Amino acid sequence: MPLADHAASVPVVVDDAKCIAAKGCTVCVDVCPLDVLAIDLVRGSAYMKYDECWYCMPCEVDCPTGAVTVNIPYLLR
Amino acid sequence: MTAPVTETVDADVLVIGGGTGGPMAAIRAKEANPNLRVVLLEKANVKRSGAISMGMDGLNNAVIPGYATPEQYVKEITIANDGIVHQQALLAYANGSFDMIRYLDKLDVKFEKDGAGEYAVRKVHHMGTYVLPMPQGHHVKKALYRQLRRLRIGVINRYMATRLLRTPDGRAGGAIAVNTRTSEFLLIRAKAVVLTCGAAGRLGLPASGYLFGTYENAANCGDGHAMAYHAGAALANLECYQINPLIKDYNGPACAYVTGPFGGYTANNKGNRFIECDYWSGQMMLEFWRELQSGNGPVFLKMTHLAPETVQQIETILHSNERPSRGRFHARRGTDYRTKMVEMHISEIGLCAGHSASGVWVDEQARTTLPGLYAAGDMASVPHNYMLGAFVNGAIAGEQAARFSADVDLADPDADFVALEQERVLAPTQRSDGLTPFEVEYKTRRLVNDYLAPPKVTAKMRIAQQRFAEIRDDLNALVARDPHELMRTLEVQSILDCADLAAAASLYRTESRWGFYHYRVDHPDTDNDDWFCHTLLYRDANGAMAHRKRAVDPYVVPVDQTEMTAYQHLRIAPAAAANAPAAAAE
Repeated sequence: MPLADHAASVPVVVDDAKCIAAKGCTVCVDVCPLDVLAIDLVRGSAYMKYDECWYCMPCEVDCPTGAVTVNIPYLLR
Repeated sequence: MTAPVTETVDADVLVIGGGTGGPMAAIRAKEANPNLRVVLLEKANVKRSGAISMGMDGLNNAVIPGYATPEQYVKEITIANDGIVHQQALLAYANGSFDMIRYLDKLDVKFEKDGAGEYAVRKVHHMGTYVLPMPQGHHVKKALYRQLRRLRIGVINRYMATRLLRTPDGRAGGAIAVNTRTSEFLLIRAKAVVLTCGAAGRLGLPASGYLFGTYENAANCGDGHAMAYHAGAALANLECYQINPLIKDYNGPACAYVTGPFGGYTANNKGNRFIECDYWSGQMMLEFWRELQSGNGPVFLKMTHLAPETVQQIETILHSNERPSRGRFHARRGTDYRTKMVEMHISEIGLCAGHSASGVWVDEQARTTLPGLYAAGDMASVPHNYMLGAFVNGAIAGEQAARFSADVDLADPDADFVALEQERVLAPTQRSDGLTPFEVEYKTRRLVNDYLAPPKVTAKMRIAQQRFAEIRDDLNALVARDPHELMRTLEVQSILDCADLAAAASLYRTESRWGFYHYRVDHPDTDNDDWFCHTLLYRDANGAMAHRKRAVDPYVVPVDQTEMTAYQHLRIAPAAAANAPAAAAE
């Protein structure tokens, strides 16, 4: 069967102004147990690439600049 | 298909799974013999992987001199599991418990102590006193990681083991792994293997709609159970599911273990207690489920009667350890422990010896039934072992694996087996259309909820088996568009294996046992004549699923028959229930 992509709101928000991925930081990507974060090389910041969050928070807690916020995903708010 | 990129690494001891028991197994193997090549393989990153990725708020099963003896603990866990335990393994855990606490203390893991510097142990269990709070338990993974570095243990992150290798003489001889970001293969030849892959926690489907909104860390999806099964190791008592009382929707623990010692308790919609003890057992879950079905449901965690200072203390512990996002969850809904009870519900099913009793069979030396293969933590069969059990039994597994490795040689893997496995792994990358891993996973887990979750009904479980067989055919249509999705296609195969194992095990044991965990409506009674035994599930020589009974070994700690029923009367008698809230409040 052919595949479709569908959009989803994701719980992890990255503040581009604070994120230092452009300087080579990958801490949030490294610590995610589900490997759902990635670096957007054009924007030079991290973002949530896959909607597979366990809202566990290492990305937020370990971020050296406080750029990451983990929200409670919409369906269970 | 072009030949996949493959590197080879050799190890004396290979540990698969870098969460809780795995790092400790690697540490103890290396401490046992610093000359050993110890490799710790992890699907995520050891820094923040596994069930305790964000730490832990306390030890639920600390056996500390002055509060409990190993014999008392063995007795309590025997009773809580309706007698079906391998007491030797429980005793090995209990005997190692206090030394491990002191070892962790030395690694700078923080435990609650009183003014005199003694451990501040609390009572939560029905009979004994075993709970040691860790208000600063968010440092556990950091402490482990420092020790791994100090000992120069070889850590390999972002590689997912897919199958164990077997030597020509039938031992575990290493593993095949695939990189979750590049799909490159790694072959690890090893003299001994320790499996510490955590629970099969992505089995039932949470009602929230999120595949990954599970109670367990969603990375723990039964890879270890599946690998052990395919390698020929036996799995024990899988019909004894894990089902936990959790915060409704959030799906994290409500944590009666944390709040209980401060005076919080599980209550019905009238604010009344209905169970004598909040310790998680199948019998407690049965009463919890009955209350949910009744006019007294739903069920809540009640803290509204506590002093503001006490609530503050509870919040500090619960909102900074294990699942810290719970504070945010409550805040959005305006749930303040001081004024509102916290709505609870029961979790989806899983397989997890951490809180329940099922998993890969291990004895008191953490040996599985396959020579050279050891297992520990949530995926091994030592009941109720929690985080401290993962550490203690992980340590035993590491030490035993180190010893075993001294007497055997590395063996070359069977080239045909490796080629076939690489073909299986990569098949979803060869297709451009078909089924996504998420669809196949959703369908499998939805069927788990519909047909496997208790109350268990024979006819429903047989339907589940038919539908799982159909899904097994659908695996040939899986599509992965990148290495990340490829990891998910492999995980869904572990999930389907665990679903099949859970159905087969549940059908085999034709009685009810362990309260709600194995409540079979059409076999409602406990049948000690035929079923006072372990059940083992394994892959026979023809590759078919087979069962056998294993007698419960003679107890090393005798249990009086009158004590044996202590966990079967957890519901508070009506008259007592009417008095309880008055006694509990203020």
